[in-house]
Amino acid sequence: MTDSNPYIALLKRDLLLAFRSPGQLLNPVLFYLLVLILFPLGIGPESRILQIIGPGIIWVAALLATLLALDTLFRGDFLDGSLEMLALSPRPFALLVAVKIAAHWLLTGLPLLLLTPLLGTFFSLSGHTIGILMLTLLLGTPVLSLIGAIGAALTVGIRGGGALLALVILPLYIPVLIFAAGAVDASVSGLPFSGQLYFLASLLVLAVTLAPPAVAAALRISLN
Amino acid sequence: MWNFIYKLASPKYFYDMAGKLVPWFGGLFVLLVLPGLYGGLVLAPADYQQGDSFRIIYVHVPSAWMSMFVYVFMAVNAAIGLIWRIKLSDIMVSSSAPIGAAFTFLALVTGSLWGKPMWGTYWVWDARLTSELILLFLYLGFIALQTAIEDKRLAARAGAILVLVGVVNIPIIHYSVEWWNTLHQGPTVTKLDKPSIHISMLIPLLLMALAFQFYFFANLLMRARCEVLEREKHSTWVEALIDKHPEAKHG
Repeated sequence: MTDSNPYIALLKRDLLLAFRSPGQLLNPVLFYLLVLILFPLGIGPESRILQIIGPGIIWVAALLATLLALDTLFRGDFLDGSLEMLALSPRPFALLVAVKIAAHWLLTGLPLLLLTPLLGTFFSLSGHTIGILMLTLLLGTPVLSLIGAIGAALTVGIRGGGALLALVILPLYIPVLIFAAGAVDASVSGLPFSGQLYFLASLLVLAVTLAPPAVAAALRISLN
Repeated sequence: MWNFIYKLASPKYFYDMAGKLVPWFGGLFVLLVLPGLYGGLVLAPADYQQGDSFRIIYVHVPSAWMSMFVYVFMAVNAAIGLIWRIKLSDIMVSSSAPIGAAFTFLALVTGSLWGKPMWGTYWVWDARLTSELILLFLYLGFIALQTAIEDKRLAARAGAILVLVGVVNIPIIHYSVEWWNTLHQGPTVTKLDKPSIHISMLIPLLLMALAFQFYFFANLLMRARCEVLEREKHSTWVEALIDKHPEAKHG
């Protein structure tokens, strides 16, 4: 790590580590795809119904895929001790944590976003709807990563913390789901949807501001 | 004032003090709940629209109020515990959670029983019902996290962070859900200038609300005393206490 900027170095390290074990990287994305393929099989191939439920289901699947991916956010660094090194560094821990969350979003949130046009076609969504859907995912999935990081930080030291993480975090995800699905719904019915997007954006601002210190505090407790 | 707080924060003093307060709070609860129930179930006139089924309000509304009050109470104590590292606040937070969850559950059950005659269905995806349900899951998540961490001190601090994150989120969840869908009747009591509830119906409701408060504090102190004993079981004063009650030694 020869970069002079430690934050960029950390970002590169996290991305590099992820690319060295591509299986772990692909799992949440494949999960996302598979879950969404299950719905038409379970409900029936009628495109009218799929169009109605599509955006909501895509959002729920993205939410679950993010939740699944959260387990890897701190686990590896926690087990090999590098998380403690980060906590001991003179740089603000909250900022370092924010960089880790950003790397995590690039590896899990962004692929979901990029896959959405394909999935939108599966659900016979129009190009316009897919565009709005992607916009909500762009604003919403970082919020999911940030809020989820708090839960991941609290449960990182607990064996079998996966189910616990879901119980702790899913209630906090509800506003994001409501505003995102609401925006897409409104756009489908031809109503103005900028209000919902503004709400999502403000949730993002709030999460970016408040989540990293909370994550840092939670990690310090887990590291204890 | 500060002296009193320092004294109160010491487990032994708290244990004695709480032991003295419990019967008072319990007694006040009984004194309030009996006239409250009598006023609500017998004296108050039947509602002109809802008939007698409105009377469930005397359990439903106080439990719903308490479900929110307890969470805020937990959040305040969590902040105190996290900032000043006061053990007693940690105990307050963890002892409040099951009571809060129970109040939330009660509010949901009575609400759905009320919903059947009023809306014709036990459950609707109404805003307030949904946010109450989410609140129940926040409580359950907190309890699950507490029980998953073995070290009580760490569990308390992790739980405190979760409660504080939750309390920031509750207004967001509440308003997002409200905006999403609403069917629930508007608030009837909090319109202070001219409440749309008759005084003969209001007084029993307020009595019940106060009774529920005392019930909460009586229950909380009993739980907290238990918790104090468990956490301080190796301290000399607890051992002295056990010596005084030889029958407790086998436990």
